[in-house]
Amino acid sequence: MSIFSGESLFCIRAARPVFGGLDFALREGGALVLTGPNGSGKSSLLRLMAGLSPPAAGRLSWDGEDIADDRQGHNERIRYLGHLDPVKPVLSVAENLSFWAAAAEESDIPAALAAFGIGPLADVPGRYLSAGQKRRVNLARILVRISPLWLLDEPTTALDKDAVGMLADVIAAHRAHGGMVALSTHAELGIPGAASLDLSDFPAFMEDAP
Amino acid sequence: MSGFLAMVRRDLSLAFRQGMDSMIVVMFFVLVVVLFPFGVGPAPNILTRIAPGVIWVAALLAVMLSLERLFQTDFEDGSLELLALEPRSLEMTVLAKICTHWLTTGLPLIIASPLLALLLGMGSKGYPVLIGALLLGTPTLSLIGAVGAALILGARRGGVLLSLLVLPLFIPTLIFGVSAVDAVLTGFSYKAQFLVLGAFLLASLALAPWAAAAAVRQALE
Repeated sequence: MSIFSGESLFCIRAARPVFGGLDFALREGGALVLTGPNGSGKSSLLRLMAGLSPPAAGRLSWDGEDIADDRQGHNERIRYLGHLDPVKPVLSVAENLSFWAAAAEESDIPAALAAFGIGPLADVPGRYLSAGQKRRVNLARILVRISPLWLLDEPTTALDKDAVGMLADVIAAHRAHGGMVALSTHAELGIPGAASLDLSDFPAFMEDAP
Repeated sequence: MSGFLAMVRRDLSLAFRQGMDSMIVVMFFVLVVVLFPFGVGPAPNILTRIAPGVIWVAALLAVMLSLERLFQTDFEDGSLELLALEPRSLEMTVLAKICTHWLTTGLPLIIASPLLALLLGMGSKGYPVLIGALLLGTPTLSLIGAVGAALILGARRGGVLLSLLVLPLFIPTLIFGVSAVDAVLTGFSYKAQFLVLGAFLLASLALAPWAAAAAVRQALE
């Protein structure tokens, strides 16, 4: 049984301490919802989890092994969704996705598009998409390569009610197959049995601070 | 390897659909060279003398012009952080982007260069050597330039900074590239210059992808 955990994580962004002494653990089928006011470090924590930036202190581990020791192995396990939607304006929706599917052993692009209700847009160039449609394409990207851990940073941005429902269904299906998900959100997504982590509970307190 | 090819394919199709980028680089190259007869006068003996140098400097500036966008667009739309999270080494991804950069700028420049050599009245003996030297030299420019392009990610006025960073590093390639053509035009062997250009290429191939990938990681942190 896989377990993804972080111990006494400390995060510094641009010389400013963001949070400290943070622990979490995610088991198969688990979900972690990050909450907290703007600037409390939700995105920073997800970037630490993805391995995009190293924690200032503490460690992140998968089955007890530090993720920094095997970056490519960790990359194979995760799907990350950030603030930006990398949809190339000159490529069609299907072409955009097929590039991100290139590293996958098998991928089902039509199914990924259908899961977010954008099947009919497959041949539409990225430049004609609305913000919400781009976000749906980006979410469909998560599905084209099967990975156990999803890290979603504000996945509901620009999504309408229907799409939020689809996202909840997709996450439920992912967890039913033993997948894990960590996400930050301000909206109510309706994830049953999710652990909640309020980042304002982990102030970056420094003992000798002036 | 399949990831490498997928990356090259994607960047090539982006370059072809956006179309203008490589055309602009070639047009810039041609225009810079065409300016010289106006600047130094149309005397054939002067133009013939300076032809290899003019073509090389113009090629160098044209490569420079296109380098800024090497990582910039992917950085701005969030693709670059996802590329760093793909299950292949970032060095491979960077190398694929460098290859595409050469295919879309270096190669068109090489194809255009004989025409410009003709325009400046360069001796016909020099053509194969000019093309050979550019074939060895322009990939080095793309490789070295990629390190600069990765270092300026997130900087304001990156383009100016990039030229300050990279142009001095282009000088050795320029010297030996021009000297190879001059050698053959004056009746000497160009072998030594080609060997040096080849050595530059191999050394930058061994070092630049790692340096550029490290700079990209730094920019994403």
